[in-house]
Amino acid sequence: MEYGFTIAAYAVAAVLFILSLGGLSGQESAKRAVWYGIAGMALAVVATLIGPGQGLWPASLVLIALGAGVGYQLATKVQMTQMPELVAIMHSLVGLAAVFVGFNADIMISQVAGLFAANGGTIGVDTLDKAIYEGLSSFGQLIAKKTTVEISILQVELVLGIWIGAVTFTGSVIAYGKLAGKVDTSAKKLPGGHLLNAGAAILSLVLAIMYMGGAGSWTLVLLTLLALFIGYHLIMGIGGADMPVVVSMLNSYSGWAAAAIGFSLGNDLLIVVGALVGSSGAILSYIMCKAMNRSFVSVILGGFGGPAGEQMAVEGEQIAIEADGVAAALNEADSVIIIPGYGMAVAQAQQTVSELTRKLRAKGKTVRFAIHPVAGRLPGHMNVLLAEAKVPYDIVLEMEEINDDFPDTDVAIVIGSNDIVNPAAQDDPNSPIAGMPVLECWKAKQVFVSKRGQGTGYSGIENPLFFKENTRMFYGDAKASLDKLLPMID
Amino acid sequence: MKIGTPKEVFEGEARVAMTPDSALMLQKLGHECLIESGAGLLAGFSDAAYEAAGVEVIKTAAALYKAADVVAKVRPPSETEVKRLREGQTLISFFYPGSNEELMKLAADKGATVVAMDMVPRISRAQKMDALSSMANIAGYRAVIEAGNNFGRFFTGQVTAAGKVPPAKVLVVGAGVAGLAAIGTATSLGAITYAFDVRPEVAEQIESMGAEFVFLEFEDSELPDGAETGGYAPPSSPEFQAKQLEKFREIAPDMDIVITTALIPNRPAPVLWTEDMVKSMKRGSVIIDLAAERGGNCELTKMDEKVVTDNDVTIIGYTDFPSRMATQSSTLYATNIRHMMTDLTPEKDGAINHNMEDDVIRGATIAHAGGVTFPPPPPKIAAIAAKPKEKVKEKTPEEKAAEEAAAFKAQTRQQVTLLAVGAVLLLAVGLVAPASFMQHFIVFILSVFIGFQVNWNVAHSLHTPLMAVTNAISSIIILGALIQIGSSSMLITLLAALGIFMASINIFGGFLVTRRMLAMFQKS
Repeated sequence: MEYGFTIAAYAVAAVLFILSLGGLSGQESAKRAVWYGIAGMALAVVATLIGPGQGLWPASLVLIALGAGVGYQLATKVQMTQMPELVAIMHSLVGLAAVFVGFNADIMISQVAGLFAANGGTIGVDTLDKAIYEGLSSFGQLIAKKTTVEISILQVELVLGIWIGAVTFTGSVIAYGKLAGKVDTSAKKLPGGHLLNAGAAILSLVLAIMYMGGAGSWTLVLLTLLALFIGYHLIMGIGGADMPVVVSMLNSYSGWAAAAIGFSLGNDLLIVVGALVGSSGAILSYIMCKAMNRSFVSVILGGFGGPAGEQMAVEGEQIAIEADGVAAALNEADSVIIIPGYGMAVAQAQQTVSELTRKLRAKGKTVRFAIHPVAGRLPGHMNVLLAEAKVPYDIVLEMEEINDDFPDTDVAIVIGSNDIVNPAAQDDPNSPIAGMPVLECWKAKQVFVSKRGQGTGYSGIENPLFFKENTRMFYGDAKASLDKLLPMID
Repeated sequence: MKIGTPKEVFEGEARVAMTPDSALMLQKLGHECLIESGAGLLAGFSDAAYEAAGVEVIKTAAALYKAADVVAKVRPPSETEVKRLREGQTLISFFYPGSNEELMKLAADKGATVVAMDMVPRISRAQKMDALSSMANIAGYRAVIEAGNNFGRFFTGQVTAAGKVPPAKVLVVGAGVAGLAAIGTATSLGAITYAFDVRPEVAEQIESMGAEFVFLEFEDSELPDGAETGGYAPPSSPEFQAKQLEKFREIAPDMDIVITTALIPNRPAPVLWTEDMVKSMKRGSVIIDLAAERGGNCELTKMDEKVVTDNDVTIIGYTDFPSRMATQSSTLYATNIRHMMTDLTPEKDGAINHNMEDDVIRGATIAHAGGVTFPPPPPKIAAIAAKPKEKVKEKTPEEKAAEEAAAFKAQTRQQVTLLAVGAVLLLAVGLVAPASFMQHFIVFILSVFIGFQVNWNVAHSLHTPLMAVTNAISSIIILGALIQIGSSSMLITLLAALGIFMASINIFGGFLVTRRMLAMFQKS
């Protein structure tokens, strides 16, 4: 097979990937879009396998098959509520793969340089004997052809690729731990805080320069260790509520790592896809940050900032209500808006919510869902859960679409969300979440809050909504409470 | 706090603002009650009855004003009474601040707090202290009684051995509280009752009371909802008024009793029953004008007087109907006052907390802390009816065009700046980097560009699938590992093999999960 064929296949694959992302603009076209992505990936892998210089393709196939088995297991076993964890842990794989590929490039450079030295030449200046050149793998040949400048650019790229890959790896592992509840979700920092990160980053830069200067591969190893530390420490310092941003940010990183590796391997498809993924993650992070009214930097630098002043004291008391009270109100209501949050995911209550919706709709009531952009722990988390429970997506609305409708709504049900319905964001300029757009559910005639206990939300802020006159607290595990409620709806 | 009620000084006023019953309730709030000797006499409450209820009877009005912290009375205070007020004292009474501005200023200068019972906002929560309604109810009832007193026939139709008696026909104009009370009373006495109101939505209420709604055919459906103006009908258009008079003229000869109750806030009462209508009425007919205090709905009404016209139609312009039923009206009014005090003493500890944040208290307070606080701001809660949505101001085409042009300019400027900076950076890189790098770099830049363009359009609800897809395709890094695995070095081969393995987990896992998620999205 000719090299030209591989390039052509890459071009087709790139187009397919772009179509795949573009197709996600609508639910229906999205189903087609995934197939584009799969086709693109298959084409790219096949083209590479049969491309020039591919030596061990049977072994590769076996490895791919093994990976496929593991991937299949993961994807089919996972609960929809564990989706954030899965995505996070998969990011870490991409990061680690990038690190490996980067190291390989470095080893290859030293090898080729060794060959040059053995034959009395210098890499980047002289050319190798044809016989030795032919003996190299295709990647080796690529390096052997390069000039000195190209070699140093190659080194810059692989340092970048390794560094970003390593940060992504540990970052994703920590993010996974936090999402899965295996690591404490609150923002934690080692003494030294940001200085430690900054120091590690500067040291990485110094090591990178040393490496470029020919100090040897040990600088690269050290640099990787530093990057691993930064990834760990950076994500440890970010509170659980910011996880949606973190996950999409890591997604972006894994893309940039792939792009950097693409440069060092001279592979355009890697560059294209890396850039697509990188920009997609960046846009997602931007959208998330905007939804929380926070700057990207402040999210990355970790945790919610300290309050700017005395926070408003919350007056009144939380009034509890039992299932029969909620049922009575629902039976009378004409319009209902349900606001799901992470608590619904934790309690696995989406099926019950869906059943409740179906029952209410069967009685001719208007039932809609209001989804805050940062509800849950992953962008679009709630949409996926509701879709899993077969809630029609055309009654699931975004914050902007539905916020004006609350005053005309009889009952708003808040299921396991807290900060995204916190009126303090609008009323209290000193609140840590001041200015964050929130769902104005307290404007509904009645609000029921299904909540496990009297605790605060992820951000640890008291929620005045729970103390409002038209709010009733429906304590208990979301699923258990709703199960109790269901038979009472008639 | 000491709550004192003086004897009403207005001539003929029989009501009293405190009854023995209400005094008992006030004492439960922790207050002490005082009453001027003889204050309740005309309403049927003797000093002894008050004393039995634990009320201290005080000889003179002057002494009472001196002793009381809160003075509760019925009629608006006279100038003398206002002069007796002192700083920190509270006066609760009818006041009509719109037409009693000087007295209001005087009271404010004295430093007294004045709560005008007629200014209590007409919202659901304040109904229990809505003295206007409770008094109007009595006036409506009494109007019918007064009419019967002056009407020479039965209300109800009867066929007797001594002959047939036709039923009386009663027309009630204005179906407010007084009007509805009058309708109820008249129908229960057996009269055929008609009622009219400019607000078409009260037809239901009228019919529920047993009267027939006098329907006026009129195209102008833009008549504002009475709910917006605190329960009063707003002024109507001249065309409508003409039409309305025409209708009245048509039915006037048939009517035996006409009770008019039409009032428009802060305006003279509209003239609805003209002289020629009176002339066209049968002999012995009666007109009760409940709007006499504001000039009357009937042209011939004389305030506080009974007039008999040449054609023997009796027109009654009394303004003291509630006072004519002093026992009943005092009981209701005293209860209204008591509810007001309950709101003013939220802790039930006898200490008054004049909470100006409270809509009801704020609305009723016309003088407080040395200043006039009338008119009150609109209530915070629109409890009566939701306001119709304010019309968004339509922008003229020119404005729109100008706005668009400005936005376009700003956008262009931003884009050009970004492009310029980007281009300069690119050129700077190009100066040092070799051509082979630049080729890849161009691909990179274009891909980032495409990525941004494409991803902005991704639906919000699909963000999770987007992440899963991008995650899956980011394992394109497998290509790098695939290229490297064929190397001669064992280490490279091993690392590459690991890379392939991990990336393929990601590829299959990512795409499968995405498919699973997308398969779940469905339309209703």
